[in-house]
Amino acid sequence: MEEIQSEQLQQKLQEAFGQIYDIQGDTFGVFNLELPVNQVFGLILHLFRDNELGFNYLTDICGVHFPDQKGKELGVVYHLQSMRKSKRLRIKVFVPLEKPEVPSLTGIYASANWMERETYDFYGIQFVGHPNLRRILNMDEMIDFPMRKEFPLEDPLREDKADYQFGR
Amino acid sequence: MMKTNQEFLTTIEQPGRPEIPYTTLNLGPTHPATHGIFQNVLQLDGERIVSGEQTIGYIHRAFEKIAERRPFYQITPLTDRLNYCSAPINNMGWHLTVEKLLGVQIPKRVDYMRVMVMELARVADHIICNSILGVDTGALTGFTYVYQWREFIYEIYEEICGARLTTNMGRVGGFERDFNKIVFEKTRKFLKDFPPVWREFENLLSRNRIFMDRTIDTGGLSLERALNYGFTGPNLRACGLDYDLRAAEAYCSYEDFEFDIPVGTTGDTYDRFVVRNEEIWQSLRIIEQAMLKIEAMEPVFHADSDHYYLPPKQEVYKNMEALIYHFKIIMGEIEAPVGEVYNAVEGANGELGFYLVSDGGRTPYRLHFRRPCFIYYQAFPEMVKDQLLSDAIVVMSSLNVIAGELDA
Repeated sequence: MEEIQSEQLQQKLQEAFGQIYDIQGDTFGVFNLELPVNQVFGLILHLFRDNELGFNYLTDICGVHFPDQKGKELGVVYHLQSMRKSKRLRIKVFVPLEKPEVPSLTGIYASANWMERETYDFYGIQFVGHPNLRRILNMDEMIDFPMRKEFPLEDPLREDKADYQFGR
Repeated sequence: MMKTNQEFLTTIEQPGRPEIPYTTLNLGPTHPATHGIFQNVLQLDGERIVSGEQTIGYIHRAFEKIAERRPFYQITPLTDRLNYCSAPINNMGWHLTVEKLLGVQIPKRVDYMRVMVMELARVADHIICNSILGVDTGALTGFTYVYQWREFIYEIYEEICGARLTTNMGRVGGFERDFNKIVFEKTRKFLKDFPPVWREFENLLSRNRIFMDRTIDTGGLSLERALNYGFTGPNLRACGLDYDLRAAEAYCSYEDFEFDIPVGTTGDTYDRFVVRNEEIWQSLRIIEQAMLKIEAMEPVFHADSDHYYLPPKQEVYKNMEALIYHFKIIMGEIEAPVGEVYNAVEGANGELGFYLVSDGGRTPYRLHFRRPCFIYYQAFPEMVKDQLLSDAIVVMSSLNVIAGELDA
């Protein structure tokens, strides 16, 4: 198995797509990339088809919520993997809270179906083109998206666990 | 919304036959043969499965949300409850993730100790999966015969950490204490007495006419589809790809051990059974090597990092500094660096990944578990399509879907 270096990967992506993304380099062995939402489907399809790089495996999709980033509150994090080259790649996409729409990857990866449903269930991110976008772990009648930061885990009126009780 | 039964009553037309409506059958949520609480709405034509749809989430416990309120040490008990058949692997996977974020250097001996514990857990998990696959085909004897050895592995856990099922084993940086003499004695007894028992169990099933008829060519999936569905672990290797995280991205000093990666060919139920059987033999090899390495080394059992490793309990009772450190670490006063980590270990049933985003606070900003069972179970309708109803049971059993991990 021949490993691919991050510089090579970066060069290859720039050859195919030009200098358009926010490449953040390696963090803890995973190559990082942040994309505008309209480019994500094209890039992942390119990676899926490119036999030389071999990123044919979708490890994970999950959501993340940063309430303070105006216009980029909700994020979707994709983890792709090249088993042949033993390389991992993380692609992040941020969308505004008012219009959380991300293209669905179900046409490329069968595994994306449930992962996207889970992300929708927790964060309310709409995956455009998903065949069956409904809740998966929570009950159907629920109206909230519970992993968003505005839904605290504990009763906010409780004072016995507030930070000042611990000198913070 | 769930479909109602009326919507499922579509019809098929065949020449020379009257219109026959499909039968809708609810397999689960609490069927004795489904190994957990999940519902399969199957449409049957006679006994043949036409299509299926699953409903999961009956024991969803919101671990990812709970983890956002907890300091790193207090997340270990949550990971215990993911795949409770091999809890130590989950614990070690979580600790490895935190160590990666904190940049803690781990001594070699601690790595070997972890390898030994993880392989014991893998053996226990495969014992359960394979022997219950036997039960689903009618062979209860094998199950009762080998199950005592899972109990024996639990006794080894008990000597290491005091708990049996939800072990909460280890710490960020190593173990709470060194392995005592009884751990090695028991493991040696296990390595001596378990192989003949397991060989007998294999002989009971692997060339058994009934078992072969029930499992060969049921629930097969091509390698291409398996990769597309995101399979990892024994279920992927049964399809014919020798991909194992222990070899491909060696963590925890797995590169120091000699072991083979068993692969199947067709990816059917029988192949999954055989791959798990072979993995047990490889795990026993690794345990033996690890034990020899541990015993030959100086008794170091934790990393030398005062900031993250809890002080010894006896010190906490007597020494003020130790008490302060203990308190600060347990209450999450010591902050983690900013960063995001993805770390994966080869769990007993596939790649168990932890995606951790830290904003420099006392708890994770976001923690996502990449659970192999969640990925496998999605492929279930495709695997049982055009098979018989009784095949659905063995396919589900051989996928090793654990409800705790499926729902998190």
